[in-house]
Amino acid sequence: MMTEPARTGLSAPLMIVAWAWVALPLAYGVYELLLKLAQLFGG
Amino acid sequence: MPEDGQISPFPSPGGFLSRARTVAPPTWSRWLVPPAALSVHLSIGQAYAWSVFKSPLESSLHLSGTASALPFQLGIVMLGLSAAFGGPMVERRGPRWAMFVSMICFSAGFLLSALGVATGQYWLVVVGYGFVGGIGLGIGYISPVSTLMKWFPDRPGMATGIAIMGFGGGALIASPWSTQMLDAFGTGTGGIATTFLVHGVVYAIFMSLGVFLVRVPPAGWLPRGWTPAKAATRALITTANVSARNAIRTPQFWCLWIVLCFNVTAGIGILEKASPMIQDFFENTAAPVSAGAAAGFVALLSLANMAGRLVWSSISDLIGRKNMYRVYLGVGALLYLTIALAGDSRNFVFILCAVGILSFYGGGFSTAPAYLRDLFGTYQVGAIHGRLLTAWSLAGVLGPLIVNAIADSQAEAGKTGPALYTTSLYIMIALLVVGFVANELIRPVHPRFHEPRVAEQGRQDAVITGPGGS
Repeated sequence: MMTEPARTGLSAPLMIVAWAWVALPLAYGVYELLLKLAQLFGG
Repeated sequence: MPEDGQISPFPSPGGFLSRARTVAPPTWSRWLVPPAALSVHLSIGQAYAWSVFKSPLESSLHLSGTASALPFQLGIVMLGLSAAFGGPMVERRGPRWAMFVSMICFSAGFLLSALGVATGQYWLVVVGYGFVGGIGLGIGYISPVSTLMKWFPDRPGMATGIAIMGFGGGALIASPWSTQMLDAFGTGTGGIATTFLVHGVVYAIFMSLGVFLVRVPPAGWLPRGWTPAKAATRALITTANVSARNAIRTPQFWCLWIVLCFNVTAGIGILEKASPMIQDFFENTAAPVSAGAAAGFVALLSLANMAGRLVWSSISDLIGRKNMYRVYLGVGALLYLTIALAGDSRNFVFILCAVGILSFYGGGFSTAPAYLRDLFGTYQVGAIHGRLLTAWSLAGVLGPLIVNAIADSQAEAGKTGPALYTTSLYIMIALLVVGFVANELIRPVHPRFHEPRVAEQGRQDAVITGPGGS
């Protein structure tokens, strides 16, 4: 059985770019949603 | 036969898209796979924001409401069909091929729609977005599922929860983004066509991350310090594997099909009618709900749906899949009962219960792949998941049909307020109870359905190193 090896330094920048790629649009969507949500509690 | 993992009659794609080229190098981090999956699911989740285009299409192409819904409806039908029938091919050709096909189809759907609107040929929008794009939805939805569970055998619920959360999150991004684009380009045919064109190009670029980044683990790879035997301490978790063909012959598959179908029916019944429902419910009270507040309520339900996909599915790794569905179905039924009994006395009770129900709705979707993996192993779990999604297709019709038909008939009978929905609420409770019983009937799969271990390993190796690789 092959097990998980130790990480190399190369994967860290790729990891940041990859997660930012998906997290930033999602954060935009959640922000827009929270603006709408304020209407429910703000009247 | 493809379902049994034997050598395919179709040639495997060679080069960059081949499964062999996606085998991860030893230093590859498994945490790069969830963003690959999310890039696809956040894109195809746009489907739930189709309503943004309905009014502009109706006014610019002189369409009825029914006609403007056709691309979305055909898209959802194609999602179910392509997930069900494309699953074995996705398993055989690998996640990169599947994500590439999804990217091409989904993007081409928008480009064809742009052409259709620009030339006034609405049928092209229906075929483009609904048929071609719908294939992209189905193939994209199942594309990362089995890969994620092979990378995260220790946390399969969390892994699929992240990806399937993306499908819920896709509409959150697309809805304001598409609206802003229509505001900028205009809601005439030229503006809508340009908006579709930009969508096609941007989604192709965004999804390409998944195509480039996705990797399958090398044969025999396991997370450090984790062994299959350690995980198989719960009764329902198997270390064996069942093919997609055999899975649909088991009672476990059909019990889970009923569980998913009725859990989705119960959730989608509220989700589809959330805005008019909360306004109708409290219209005769001292504090009626405004249209703006109802939009906020819809947003809150979207958030609950998305969060439930990640949170509940992750919790299922700790408490077990069967217990998690007991919560979805049992507590879900109690929440429906609370809404029915509380009526219009307290709006916060209604809101809290609806939030709970929608979080269970989302959780039901994201926990299903891990439940399948527990029962049938990882061998062809993507293909089995595709077939299970036919339950979604039925629920998508059943839930809105029940709530709308009963509300309409009650309104014709002169009823108002909570009375419009009381019967629907009790029907949903009954469906959830049936789902609860179906979940209780799920037992470990009989060994006669298991794949022979030696043959199965040989076939998996043949797929990984076979023709088509570089």
